[in-house]
Amino acid sequence: MIEELATTQEGDLVINVGPQHPSTHGVLHLVITMNGETIKKVEPHLGYIHRSIEKMCESLSFRQFIYVTSRMDYLSSHINNHGCALCVEKGLQIEVPARAQVIRVLMDELTRIASHVLWWGALAMDVGALTPFFHAFREREAINDIMEETCGARLTMNYMAPGGVMFDIHPNFQKRVHAFIELFKSKIDEYDELVTDNVIFKARMQGIGMLSYEDAISYGCSGPTARGSGVKCDIRKLYPYEIYNKLQFEEIIETGCDSYARYLVRMKEMRQSLSIIEQLIDNIPEGEFLAKTKAVLKLPKGEFYSKVETARGEFGVYIVSEGGTTPYRIKFRSPGFSNLSALDHMARGQKIGDLVAMMGSLDLVIPDIDR
Amino acid sequence: MWSLSDITNSIQNALNRAFNPTFATLTEMVIVGICVIGLFAVLGLILVIMERKVSAYMQVRLGPNRVGPKGMLQSLADTLKLLLKEGLTPDGADKFLFNLAPVIAMIAAMLLLAPIAFAKNFQIWDINIGVLFISAVSSISVISILMAGWASNNKYSLLGAMRSGAQIVSYELSAGLSVLSVVILVGSLKLSDIVQSQENGWWIFKGHIPMIISFVIFLVAVTAETNRAPFDLAEAESELTAGFHTEYSGMKFALFFLAEYVNVFIVCGVGATLFLGGWMPLHIGNWHGFNHVMDFIPSSIWFFGKTFFLIFVIMWFRWTFPRLRIDQLLNLEWKYLLPISMFNILLVTLMAIMGWHF
Amino acid sequence: MSNEELKSELVALHPSLVFEEGGEWLNMVIEPSELIPFAEKIRSADHLFFDYLFCLTCVDWKTHLTMVYHFSSTKYRHTIVLKSKLDRNNPEIETLCRIWKTAEFHEREVFELFGVKFLHHPDLRNLILPDVWNGFPLRKDYEDAVNMIKL
Repeated sequence: MIEELATTQEGDLVINVGPQHPSTHGVLHLVITMNGETIKKVEPHLGYIHRSIEKMCESLSFRQFIYVTSRMDYLSSHINNHGCALCVEKGLQIEVPARAQVIRVLMDELTRIASHVLWWGALAMDVGALTPFFHAFREREAINDIMEETCGARLTMNYMAPGGVMFDIHPNFQKRVHAFIELFKSKIDEYDELVTDNVIFKARMQGIGMLSYEDAISYGCSGPTARGSGVKCDIRKLYPYEIYNKLQFEEIIETGCDSYARYLVRMKEMRQSLSIIEQLIDNIPEGEFLAKTKAVLKLPKGEFYSKVETARGEFGVYIVSEGGTTPYRIKFRSPGFSNLSALDHMARGQKIGDLVAMMGSLDLVIPDIDR
Repeated sequence: MWSLSDITNSIQNALNRAFNPTFATLTEMVIVGICVIGLFAVLGLILVIMERKVSAYMQVRLGPNRVGPKGMLQSLADTLKLLLKEGLTPDGADKFLFNLAPVIAMIAAMLLLAPIAFAKNFQIWDINIGVLFISAVSSISVISILMAGWASNNKYSLLGAMRSGAQIVSYELSAGLSVLSVVILVGSLKLSDIVQSQENGWWIFKGHIPMIISFVIFLVAVTAETNRAPFDLAEAESELTAGFHTEYSGMKFALFFLAEYVNVFIVCGVGATLFLGGWMPLHIGNWHGFNHVMDFIPSSIWFFGKTFFLIFVIMWFRWTFPRLRIDQLLNLEWKYLLPISMFNILLVTLMAIMGWHF
Repeated sequence: MSNEELKSELVALHPSLVFEEGGEWLNMVIEPSELIPFAEKIRSADHLFFDYLFCLTCVDWKTHLTMVYHFSSTKYRHTIVLKSKLDRNNPEIETLCRIWKTAEFHEREVFELFGVKFLHHPDLRNLILPDVWNGFPLRKDYEDAVNMIKL
């Protein structure tokens, strides 16, 4: 802090945005140096929700640590669990039954829609339109109900288990998902009418928060943030896991490089996820939902890395095993952490109102960044 | 027919009979003062509950529904809570200015109630420069916002106040010019004259397209002047937490809150008076039968109906649009609204000289 | 490019690389002092083009620390894992943030959690932990009577 003051010129305003601030969506703390309304520097200070999950996992068994990751990116907790389960399965070379694979993908895509819907509402709220937030929650609620029925939880599902999923889907699952598909198809058009084509919204998003193709790669951005800059980085396409290589869906690429491009990527991704769900919902194969595994899992000595595409980007799990029942070291490569590092670069020279819109377009989830 | 003007007249007569004229006038002033304060409080309560219900309707939720019938007493309960809260003054604040600011916001809003005609012959003060008075006094409110932002010793407040200053000073121009177009057509600044001139039709209908343009510009400009979304940059919840009133709490906060809603009421009342005929019922040319039927609806209902319709429109704006950025906001005013309203006023002048309006 | 092809290319680029067996991707160990020239080469070489540093972390092996870098190429989609052993008592390594900007944040994280000092890093301060934190939480011998619960 003392150093900052020394480099600050007279007339500059140093403002703390957060840890409690309406638009940081959590406890993110940004120290902003401004000249009038124009931002000169953004400096994130993290750690307000740091729980050292990586250290915690070192004392948990290979079954247990999966569920801690629900608390990282709580909006795509199912996909986080999926990444961890994949890594354990890779180490033990467990074959996942076909039914479990389909259920996993279905749940992943439902989670992705739920996360994107919430992001849409929150972004609209950041740029000052409060109503979309409530509309978004209405649809998210429908997904949460589906989740609750099958997994027993609404936010941190903890439905994954090494070798499949914990229990079979609820008898109502297919019926409910069909109803949701019908509902959401009309609602997503409503979203476009309400926000996407709004003149003020476009003026606030277009040409703001430019992140070039090279910078997106250099900053390690992934997910919709990078795809808005034209980077092909969808793990589901590039390194397909489960049954993604058998599915028909597009990787959404926008080349606008601005906040609006990132916005469009997520809006189109929702439609893609919906189409994946439509392809799968009537084709869930019969059979086992959980492969037979040993009671105590012991990963062989070695290093294992698996990555999945969460709603925010590439989530990597790096396990170093010494052959014991607990991981020797775990590193979670969280998408939000890398995406956040690009914020300073994007925000320089912009107005403070834009910073909020930019943060919204990055879709930051703070526990995911702090871990 | 029984009307509000009868009541005022009979009170005035009674007072004049009982006391000497000076004392009678003084008593009247006290009564008017009490009425204004009462109206102020009631309006605040009604508008807050209205805003919450309107927003709830638009956001597919129920809104307040626990206190009183259908939640109608919710804002009363909130006011009580705010009254009982401690009014904090931050340590580094300029105490005098900090405490003065909400009072000035309140006084400016109250003064504006004076020239408004609430019903036929029911007006506190029919001043002959009514329109000028309104545009002059409404500019005072920016001082209170600047004062609040400066005295809070908070960077968010300061930014909000500075934004608000830039915003109100620029949008005052468009609002003034669109008001002027009515004044040109009527030839008087007196509000009662303006209402009377709309006996055979409201200006928005009589004045062709130029008047519709002025009306739209007026609506946009007053939305900006009252710091309502999409022009709520002075508060800008997601950017500046609460802008100029970040540091205010308790009753001092409530005064700002109240002043905002009363300002909304006043600008909508002025809009209704200038463009929609004020208390004048819907009259169409010389359709005497139709006009006569319309006359049966009391004038106060006409005035409040129109005003609340405009208030609803402004609330509708708030719950639909995203917020503009500060430079876009100023661009909108200086590059679009101001040139358009200047050109528009030329058209209106031409129309008034040639007598092309109905 | 397959792992074998990559291996021959990389050996041609930097003969002193030591390769490790096992793992999905090509694992290799490099001396800390040779990191920067090697990194610059694999970033700029047209046929390798490792432009995406997607994971940067450290592992405490009790006797030494190992920096682990995961590189991949957005053009050719191949991935390598680069490791570098550091002295546990005085861990020092050059920063990569001039080549990959993402390294700046990841290195700050490793700095506070493992105590690795990144030379020539533009802003090496605590990112997650408070400025006055003592000790390096992710090291194996870290003890904290208050915040750590032993199972």
